[in-house]
Amino acid sequence: MGFPQKSHPRETTVLSKHFGDPDARTLAGWRNRGGYRALEQTLAMEPAAIVQMVKESGLRGRGGAGFPTGVKWSFMKPGDGKPHYLCCNADESEPGTFKDREIMRWTPHALVEGCAIGAYAIGAETAYVYIRGEFTEPLERMTEAVREAYAEGILGRNALGSGKRIDVYVHKGAGAYICGEETALMNSLEGRRGNPRIKPPFPATAGVFGQPTTINNVETLVAVPHIINNGAEWYKAMCLGNAKSTGTKLYSVCGNVRRPGNYEVVMGFPFKEFLYDLCGGPPAGRRFKAIIPGGSSVPIQTIAEAEATVMDYEGFVACGTMLGSGGVICIDDAQCMVKQIARLARFYAHESCAQCTQCREGTAWTTKIMERIEAGQGTAGDLDTLLDIADNMTAKTICVLSDSCAVPVVSGIQKFRDEFEAHIVQHRCPFRPATAAAVAA
Amino acid sequence: MSAPAGGPSAGPRLTALDRAPRADAHERDENYQPVFVNARRKELDELLTRYPTKMAALLPALWIVQEERGWVSEPAMAEVAAVLGLTPAYVKGVVTFYTMYHQHPVGKYFVQVCTTSPCNVCGAEDVVRAFLKQTGASDLGATSPDGRFTVIEVECLGACGFATPVMINNEFLESVSADRVPSIVGALK
Repeated sequence: MGFPQKSHPRETTVLSKHFGDPDARTLAGWRNRGGYRALEQTLAMEPAAIVQMVKESGLRGRGGAGFPTGVKWSFMKPGDGKPHYLCCNADESEPGTFKDREIMRWTPHALVEGCAIGAYAIGAETAYVYIRGEFTEPLERMTEAVREAYAEGILGRNALGSGKRIDVYVHKGAGAYICGEETALMNSLEGRRGNPRIKPPFPATAGVFGQPTTINNVETLVAVPHIINNGAEWYKAMCLGNAKSTGTKLYSVCGNVRRPGNYEVVMGFPFKEFLYDLCGGPPAGRRFKAIIPGGSSVPIQTIAEAEATVMDYEGFVACGTMLGSGGVICIDDAQCMVKQIARLARFYAHESCAQCTQCREGTAWTTKIMERIEAGQGTAGDLDTLLDIADNMTAKTICVLSDSCAVPVVSGIQKFRDEFEAHIVQHRCPFRPATAAAVAA
Repeated sequence: MSAPAGGPSAGPRLTALDRAPRADAHERDENYQPVFVNARRKELDELLTRYPTKMAALLPALWIVQEERGWVSEPAMAEVAAVLGLTPAYVKGVVTFYTMYHQHPVGKYFVQVCTTSPCNVCGAEDVVRAFLKQTGASDLGATSPDGRFTVIEVECLGACGFATPVMINNEFLESVSADRVPSIVGALK
């Protein structure tokens, strides 16, 4: 459902079916809704069979990269004599994205079950759920769900009486966007500063505590029990044409839009109908100007580009952007693109871990120049300088935070150059009423 | 760069740290009472069973300190270092990386207003201005003269569809508009 809105008939609610229903939060309520049947079934299966099933379903990572989940799991070599770990990335911090928050608030047991199945499938006895520190309610709900699951013998040394050990622990972050990057998350979990690590080695070889590790997003893991219960074919069938993108996807819709909230649709849904029918279009009297469809790190689309987009991994790429995390930021014609891109640059400057020079310096200088232009103090050479800085920030650093700062700047200048130039020529923001002082000058 | 008109986020942003009295003035080593005794020690011991290394309990241990004391002082960092077998310098390095650990005392109510783009286009800067006005905090990061309120802008709180989300200590408020601010602040006083 488009929580907090009412469910729209064109949604396909698999993961979000119980959003808004407090009874689904409790263990008893969750069991009444079919909870933990999938875990019971998987504990009687060979781990390799589970991995194969997830591979066949076509499920891809929902955190942003879209890597096939079953393939990722198959990198974990059974019988290597090393402890394996599962990390659930619940550090949801990508501006525009708030789907994992709702999953954990309303259906915490779905994530406990997903973690338990994932851990068993990759040969791990321990799963850590790394939740960002600001998510006070999701932290409470997850802690309570884990407590209930231990009390009922679902987790622990003899999970559901199977003789297999599965521990799930909730780990609270402390305020750092970068800890959503998988290697930074592992460093943070180990009690270090959240600096991303150079890859290789990849996590499946040497991850958290130096051991083989798989990191999955919340939404990815909660899809797994449904695949177990209904079969890979059922999951694969949820797609409107493109067999490379399967299943349902939760989109968080925010910004200047009539009905903000979470919406779940099958892969391949038309973006135009999504924006206008499901989400209600722009606020009264306004028009959409730009859409950032996959969280703030993906290229900005003009509304014309967005209206032509098919909502799946390949569809967004074909229209110049990416599905990313599914955080749809709507920007209407009353907003100043320069101001909003400057604000995004400031976000990345604040969140840079500062270990790579290109990122530390690049995000800071981009922010200074963007804010200078927005304040009417830009110069004719500023756009070239910004593009030059962006070039030096792209594909040159340990992680992609640096690239993510360059993306809105480059796509913004490409698609809304007239707004940038108006600021520079008029020496003020054209979206802001002229002040008396400016008029006098 | 002079601060242009148009709102709190347009000017240079102060963090709470910029205006803080030095930590040592508030909690000197000789007066320091350890945090990890009795129930808190037990809690830490239970946490240590979850991880293969002691160091992994560092973030949880710092959270316990902040729950107990309201902030993480240098003597507290030294205590955490001692119980986890780390150096105080290492612990300080970690504390300073994460924005949620306070390195100095803050107001009784620590107000964090999200102003990142999705909230920004929905009027988050008006919400910040309203909080500054209602609490009497003179500027971002400054504590109000009565010591009750510290107001900061925070980067994306991950509740963009509920613009503008505001955190007051551990309370997470959704869909806060500027006109709701007086009643929110009034209820706290």
